[in-house]
Amino acid sequence: MAEVRVEHVTKTFGDFRALDDVTMDFPDGGFFGLLGPSGSGKTTLLRAIAGFLFLDAGRIRIGADWVEDVPVEKREIGMMFQSYALFPNMTVADNVGFGLRVRRVGAAEERRRIGEALDLVRLGDFGDRKPHQLSGGQRQRVALARAIVTNPRVLLLDEPLSALDKALRVDMQIELKRIQREIGITTIFVTHDQEEALALSDKIGILKDGRMIQAGPPREVYRNPIDIFAAEFLGEANILRRPGGSLPSGGVIHLPATATDASALAVRPENMTLSATEPAADGLSKMSGILAQRVFSGALGICLVERDGNVVKVIARDEDLPDIAEGDTVWISWKPEHTIVIPGG
Amino acid sequence: MNGRFLTIAGRIWLGAILVFLYAPILIMALMSFNASPFYQLPFEFSTRWYQALGANAEIREAALRSVLIALVTTTIATVLGTAASIALFRYEFPGKQALRILLFPPIAIPWLITGTAMLIFFFGIGMGRGTPAVIIGHVALALPYVIVVVSARLATFDATLEDAARALGAGPWMVTRRVTLPWIAPGIIAGALFAFAVSFDQFVVSYFLSEPGDATLPVLIYTAIRKGFTPEINAVSTIIIVVSMLVMLIAARYSKFGGER
Repeated sequence: MAEVRVEHVTKTFGDFRALDDVTMDFPDGGFFGLLGPSGSGKTTLLRAIAGFLFLDAGRIRIGADWVEDVPVEKREIGMMFQSYALFPNMTVADNVGFGLRVRRVGAAEERRRIGEALDLVRLGDFGDRKPHQLSGGQRQRVALARAIVTNPRVLLLDEPLSALDKALRVDMQIELKRIQREIGITTIFVTHDQEEALALSDKIGILKDGRMIQAGPPREVYRNPIDIFAAEFLGEANILRRPGGSLPSGGVIHLPATATDASALAVRPENMTLSATEPAADGLSKMSGILAQRVFSGALGICLVERDGNVVKVIARDEDLPDIAEGDTVWISWKPEHTIVIPGG
Repeated sequence: MNGRFLTIAGRIWLGAILVFLYAPILIMALMSFNASPFYQLPFEFSTRWYQALGANAEIREAALRSVLIALVTTTIATVLGTAASIALFRYEFPGKQALRILLFPPIAIPWLITGTAMLIFFFGIGMGRGTPAVIIGHVALALPYVIVVVSARLATFDATLEDAARALGAGPWMVTRRVTLPWIAPGIIAGALFAFAVSFDQFVVSYFLSEPGDATLPVLIYTAIRKGFTPEINAVSTIIIVVSMLVMLIAARYSKFGGER
């Protein structure tokens, strides 16, 4: 187990800046999510930590060692690939044991550790199967067992759950978190799924155009996004005002003390309340609009309210929504502390 | 009705093709078992020509030489061709596309031209004719076939598997041996069989490059025919055909069906 530090890492492919002066700390034993839209450099960063590419500039440390010049096979990492990359000609046990055989741990030790790793991912009886005889979820577990059986210093996961269907994905998130806690390994994973990042990570890093926009604990980043991109990428955000712009007219909006003209203001859809009449309570921020659309999605109701040509999204428990229909005039209100000040605009 | 007619016509067409392809070969094979040296009927079964073959030291020697040359050619062409295919698959380097394209013309250039060019070349560099020249010539002919077949198999290989093996601590050689080669093995086997067939059946280039008295089997057969046709030639040709067809059948099996899992 080890901490990882990425320092001023830059990587270009031709004219394309895949990573641009990226710095991030990954403390020992944590679970870290790298997220961003496609082409943001998140996978490139993961592959740089793994050692699959040479850096143009910057350094990478795993534990006490600076590894930017160390080849992949000497970095003592575990990596799980999006396609799982199980060796098709080998059994599950041989797949899991591959890294052990490379390290020549001996047959008895090898068997014992393969057994342990397969038990950990709850596939104890599957050692003799071939990868093509397994379901997607089982393959994913084999790939995980193979990645951790060598006791790597850091576990790298590239879109670990994206190939699974939604129900299985949620199960595997819980499973992944359980295993990571059990062995306490520093884990860095890449995802484009912000919910997955929020659910799994102790700390997340948001990348855009090769730059690390913001890094921090998920709750903190969610509540205090550094710019509009981060606010909209992580969860949803109703932007009330862009930097230098003006507030929506005709409502009451209490400005937080930290707001300046250069900052943007936003409110998360789930922090807004919808009512048929103007809320009487003092101290609330509020504005009115026309209900354009109301969508029932089981537990939640999603309402789109139009005002001045802008659409504001409100999400609430469906049963908490007032008896309103599309076309009605409605009021949106929220507590002043739910107005997010976005410093970077 | 129309469909049925087409089906029948198609079958006749197919039958005609098969007859033209195989009838001469079948007749030759039958005649190699006919006792008469002058192809006289009625057919009288005999293995005397095969016995004569066994007693003919010249043919035995040529056959042995053909097999040896084919084996050496196969080994060299398969190793070089497989290495070249992996390099073409794995690495980006200047001139890669040009190299890839240059691999194909040798398959299309008539062997007569290639043979003439090689003969001039080997005399030019002072090497002259002889078995080494024949082997080099055969390797040059067989190499593109190996590369094409192995590359086709490599195209189905998931390069992420190599990344996965490296992440697990395997160095480049171990990655190749434990992950890449097992996957492309059917392609390598098929390529090797092609190389063997190209060399074993090769006449033109062998004829140009071999020294008199140093003939391979096809060259010897050609020389023998010019002196006068004996059913011995039928017998040896039948053996060559059976061997070649077996090799090709195995090659087809590996290159086509071997990889699916």
